[in-house]
Formats: sequence, C-alpha cells, structure tokens
Amino acid sequence: MTLTAPRSRASDTASPRRDRRRPRARTLVTTVLVVGLIVWIIPFAWMLLGSLKTQGEILRRPPTFWPEQVTGQNYVTWFAELDFSKFFLNSVIVATVTVIGNLLFCSMVGYALAKMRFPGKRLLFGLVMLTLMVPGVVTFVPLFVQTAQLGLLDTYAALVLPFLTGPVGVFLMRQFISDIPDELLEAARIDGASELRLFTRVVLPLCGPALATLAILTFLASWNNFLWPLVVSQSADLYTLPIALSLYSTGQHSTNYGLLLAGSVLVIAPILVLFAFLQRWFIQGIATTGLK
Amino acid sequence: MFCLPFVAIFAVFMLTPIGGSFAMSFTDITSRDLQSPLAVDFVGLDQYASLLTDRRFLTSLSVTGLFVVIGIPVTIITALALAVGLNTGRGRIVTVLRVGYYAPAVTSIVAVSVAWKYILQPDGLLNAALGVFGIPGVNWLNDPVWALPSLIMLAVWRNVGTLMVIFLAGLQSIPRDLLEAATVDGAGAWRRFYSITLPMLRPTILLGAVLISVGYLQFFEEAFVMTGGGPLDRTLSVAFYTYQQFGVGQYGRASAASYILFLLVALLSLLQFRLLRTKE
Repeated sequence: MTLTAPRSRASDTASPRRDRRRPRARTLVTTVLVVGLIVWIIPFAWMLLGSLKTQGEILRRPPTFWPEQVTGQNYVTWFAELDFSKFFLNSVIVATVTVIGNLLFCSMVGYALAKMRFPGKRLLFGLVMLTLMVPGVVTFVPLFVQTAQLGLLDTYAALVLPFLTGPVGVFLMRQFISDIPDELLEAARIDGASELRLFTRVVLPLCGPALATLAILTFLASWNNFLWPLVVSQSADLYTLPIALSLYSTGQHSTNYGLLLAGSVLVIAPILVLFAFLQRWFIQGIATTGLK
Repeated sequence: MFCLPFVAIFAVFMLTPIGGSFAMSFTDITSRDLQSPLAVDFVGLDQYASLLTDRRFLTSLSVTGLFVVIGIPVTIITALALAVGLNTGRGRIVTVLRVGYYAPAVTSIVAVSVAWKYILQPDGLLNAALGVFGIPGVNWLNDPVWALPSLIMLAVWRNVGTLMVIFLAGLQSIPRDLLEAATVDGAGAWRRFYSITLPMLRPTILLGAVLISVGYLQFFEEAFVMTGGGPLDRTLSVAFYTYQQFGVGQYGRASAASYILFLLVALLSLLQFRLLRTKE
C-alpha cells in the first residue's frame, strides 16, 4: 500500500481508437449517471430549498418545490438567537487540535515503527493492528467511566484527548514512511544529523501526501463526530455543531423544519466547500487507505 | 522517545478501555458503583448468559444481521455499477460525477438525518414522488416493516461513495491491453466485464466488502438519529442495545454485549481475509 500525490486518471491516456469506436455507448452511460446524480443529491437540494422557505410554506401539503417566498429568517435565527458562532467555533477548535495532534503523534510513532529499532516494537505494532478491528462501542463505556473519574466530563479535554491519535493514522504514516529509502536516512545520519533533525528535516517534508490525507480524514471524523461529544458535553458552552443540531432537533424546535434544515446546511456547507476544493486529496486518501 | 506521546494516549484512551470493558463484562458493575469500582462482584459469564436469553438482545442480533445481509450486496452492486460507468467516461464530467456521488460520504449524519426525516415523513417528498406514479406511500420511519429498509437506504446512500472510489482505483489498475486484446478477439462489453474486469477486480471487491461489513455490523448512528431504535425495536442494532444498557447504568451488561459484537466483527474480518488470501 503506497501513497502518491494525486495525479490525473489513468484512463485519460487510453488509446484513441477505443474512444472513437464507442462514443454512443459512452454518452448513454454518462447520461444515465447524470440523471442518477440528480436523484442522488435530492436530499441536499431539498435541505437547501426547505431552509429558504417560511414556516407556513414548509408545512403546506402537498409540498412546494421552489420556495414561493425566499426567506433567510431561518439562518438569521441560528446566528442571532441560537448562538451558531459559538458552536461553530467549538467545532473548529476541537477539529484543529485533533488534526494537529494526529499529524504530530502519528507521524512520530509511524517513523519509529518504520525506521527505528527498539524493544517492544513488534508488540506495539501488533497492538495497533489489533485495535484497528475493535468496534468503537467496546471502548465507549469504560472511556466514559474513566473520563468521569478523571473529572474531565464537560471539558474540552474530554472532547479532544481520546482522539489526539489513533491506530488508523499510525498505520497510514508507518506504511508511507516505510517507503522512504533507508539510504536517504543513512546519508543524513552520516552527515551528523540527530534523529530529531532527521525526522523534522528529512522525513516530514517527504510525507506531504500522507500528512494531507491524514489531516483530511481526521478533520472529517472530528467535524462529524457525534456520539462521544453528545455524551460528555453537558453545558451548551461545549456543544459542537452536530450536538447543537441534534439537541435542537429533539427539543423545543423539533417541528420547526425550516430552522433544522438551515442548521443542517450550516453544518454540511463548510465540509462540502472543503471537499470541493480538496476533492482529489479526499478521494486519493480513501482509495489508498480504504478508510474514512 | 518518538513513541512516547502516542503510547501514553494510546494506553490511556484505547488499551485501558479495551481491557476495562473486558474486565467489566465479567462483573455486575452498574452506574452506582462508579465511586468504588473495585468493590464490584465477579459474576463470571453470567452477563453473557443472560444476554443470550434476553429477547431484546436476540432481536438486536437479528436486526443487525438483516442490516448487514441486505445492506452489503446493495451497496457493493450500486458502487460497482457506478465505478464501471464512471470508468468509461472521459473529461471533467467524470470529476463532477465522482464528487457528486461521493459527497454524502463526507457529511454529518446528524445533518443529513434532518433532511432524510423530512423527506421520509408520511406526507414528505418521497411519498409525494411515489404518488405521481400512483404508488401508495408508507409511513417509512414508523412502520415496523419499512423502518429498517429506510435506514438501509440511508446507509447505502452514505457508503456507496467510499466503495465506488475504491473500486475505481481497482478498475484503473486493470491493464488496458488486456481489454483491448479481448475486443480484438471479438469479445463484447458484457463478455469483457464477466471474463476480465470482474475476476481482476475480485480482490478489490473483497476488500471493500470487509470494510463495509465491519462498518455495517456496528451500525448505530443511523438508528440513533432516525428512529431511536423503534418502532417495536425493529431498528435496534447490537451497538444500539449496548448504548441503551449503558444509558440505564448497566455497565457490565453493556460491556458483555460490546464484546459479543467485537467477536462478530473479528470473525467476519478473519473470514473475509481468509477468502481474500485463497482467491489471490
């Protein structure tokens, strides 16, 4: 398993002869896929359209498709009354710290596992591989008990600490760093570079693609993380976006669909924008790790 | 030195809970024992034994099984069809399509669930669309028969993109010469698909099946945000059952249930990796 920088699709270089032979079939397939895509993204479209409707219109049956009267009131409510910016900031803080922790710690231990010799190395790697298989629900209960006993419930630490590093990232970084030629590291060692210098000046700069993948996967997981933050954050000051949305959708606003749909748009939009810009890296990451 | 931060976090937040859960599954620990967790009683395999006679736990096993058995083939076939279709296309439209089909995979389950619940309402968009074709609608999320299929639909929607991308990568590693040679020999499109593409893609398909089934076995969030496990426990998965036992303070029982799930996940992974190896 190796990672490479995103590059153009291999099919772009297919022979022109085959291209010429079957243009009609290809047009047909593409048409079917385009129609399918329109159906596929209806939930997004319906979310956006609904968020722009007035409460009266959204309750009307049968439903209108285009908003008769476009309103931004639902969004205004999120910012003005529901403290959207606080939840947004919480999400950003938690995701950023989690990403930094993962980039740092996973690459460090990945380097050690790939290129260094130390006692217990095989055991450590074995444990990492084993925990890749453990369902999240197994650690959930004791993790909660532990967090409660450490007195960390309802703190940022509880939101961040358990996710600062993980087996997936370690595995990813180890695989990538394994492909760095030993000669390169030896040469730097002969020049008198310390291990720390070697790591920061030689290994890390070569890890760009893997670090980008890891950053994206971690950010995504953190931004969308739901159950754990729901359980450990008790005061509204700590809510991340999905938690706020989830609690409003079961609380007093549970029938205010326009408001809830606007909230959904606000949660999803940043990720979709990020995805649109970085789609090659997202997709490369999934294709090479098979993980998300 | 390089391992220290990782090992510390890994030990405290991963290994200790895994061990803790294992230990707790042999005790009668409840939320009331939090002050003195070492004073709980060792009850051996009692928690496991009582789970296997608990009708709701057995229900959760069958719900999870049904979710996996229906969800996996639907996801794989859809993803394969999309990947093969996309692989024949050229140019920017392919990028647009790929991004579009993959988009649901990056979205928050809480956020999309709001839209899906709205669409699946008895008088929502889906039933309105069905009505156009004269098909009577159903109360998707509150009907004991249709609640689980609704969740499968949502899970397929969110997971197809990931598999599609994995399959596309696999398709692109199939040598073009092979397909061209078959074309020259007079093999039609279907023939090429069955005799070349499918066999060469088999390892990739198996890998995808492992990934997706491990995920589906643990299905929880879809039910949590959409149905709350209902109606009549028809969407109560094993992970959801575990969470409910945790919620009522039955930590020992929750741990035992989670280890049964772990066992199932491990068995499935081993089985599929064994398959993968013999096929290669």
